[in-house]
Amino acid sequence: MMTETAPFRPIEAGSQPANDTPLYRSTGLRHPARPPLRIPQTVTETTGPRFRPVQFGPIADLSVVNRKQAVGERIIVRGRVVDEDNRPVPHTMIEIWQANTGGRYDHPGDQHDAPLDPNFHGSGRVFSDADGWYQFVTIKPGAYPWHNHHNAWRPNHIHYSLFGTGFGQRVITQMYFPGDPLLALDPIYHAIPDQAARERLISSFDINITSPDRALGYRFDFVLRGRHATPTEQG
Amino acid sequence: MLVATSHQTIGPYWHLIEDPAWSNLLRFGAEGDRIVLTGTVTDGGGELVTDAAIEIWQTSPAASDGFPAFGRCQTDATGSFRFTTLKPGPVAGLGNAQQAPHVAISIFARGLLTSLTTRLYFQDEPLNESDPVLSLIEDPARRATLIARKVSDDAWHLDIRLQGENETVFMEI
Repeated sequence: MMTETAPFRPIEAGSQPANDTPLYRSTGLRHPARPPLRIPQTVTETTGPRFRPVQFGPIADLSVVNRKQAVGERIIVRGRVVDEDNRPVPHTMIEIWQANTGGRYDHPGDQHDAPLDPNFHGSGRVFSDADGWYQFVTIKPGAYPWHNHHNAWRPNHIHYSLFGTGFGQRVITQMYFPGDPLLALDPIYHAIPDQAARERLISSFDINITSPDRALGYRFDFVLRGRHATPTEQG
Repeated sequence: MLVATSHQTIGPYWHLIEDPAWSNLLRFGAEGDRIVLTGTVTDGGGELVTDAAIEIWQTSPAASDGFPAFGRCQTDATGSFRFTTLKPGPVAGLGNAQQAPHVAISIFARGLLTSLTTRLYFQDEPLNESDPVLSLIEDPARRATLIARKVSDDAWHLDIRLQGENETVFMEI
């Protein structure tokens, strides 16, 4: 496999949230007060871990546990992982986690008074294919309250973790759903300054991903940081 | 040109994807100079951060089927993480530069909208004096926030402070 070692291009202004976001209260004591140190990108930053399905087994259907169907609206999520130059990112690992249809995580820390579903755990792992496409089946997550401010509710969302091809491409984010009225009120979503960047976190309904008699389909694409154009090295 | 996807917080429920085995980078059978890396994460109020995900990545020794060179560990009720891995050696820098042995660290947590990046260096490594990243930090006290202290023959410990007094040096890459 070719290992790319060209450095990543700078982050586009306004496209990433600032850690100092007072409307999201938990940031208060957790954001660094000093500006980050800009460092040159060495092999430590330009390369990254590789995950193979034989060691990190895929879980591509979150809607079934022990052959029993979870409660809620079954959906299919499909999309493509590319870089900023629109080159597909093949065979990259994608981790997924989310609340159940009632807005409850199968997690001891979640004390929301909504029922757990014995047939829904809410975590998955898939790999993009040779052209960067990924797909999984799940249950549409419910909204849930949190204690950030009075009457605060998180919009429906699915959490994602992607690794890409280098440490500098690592990204953890959330996918939202079109038409969700809670987006307008959500300080985590609005922490991203640029409106277009924000709206790219909203999936789109897609009739071509929708499976007849089975599940609605949503499209959600990822863009990982691009690299400066320099020759690649044999890895 | 496209623009890279925005980050969002990992939130408090990321343990749904946690596999505690990932903190042991020797689980696939790697052999060599085994070491333990521990650390404690605190916030700007001095409180322990007990819900973070700490990830490490090292380019020495090189990743292989037996050595993922990557690990993930939660911070526990005492704000602490613990990795078992192999001791890195010097790493090539830019041009003819040589970097001191180091481990890259990413920190994700509720209250962090985007990950924090830093590095762990090892106490008593002569190359620390000439390391191109450490050399960017003029204040010795700031530089010291990246240097793990040796707590036994094969174990090092790094305190990470997200904010305030002795705030860790975080990096933009």
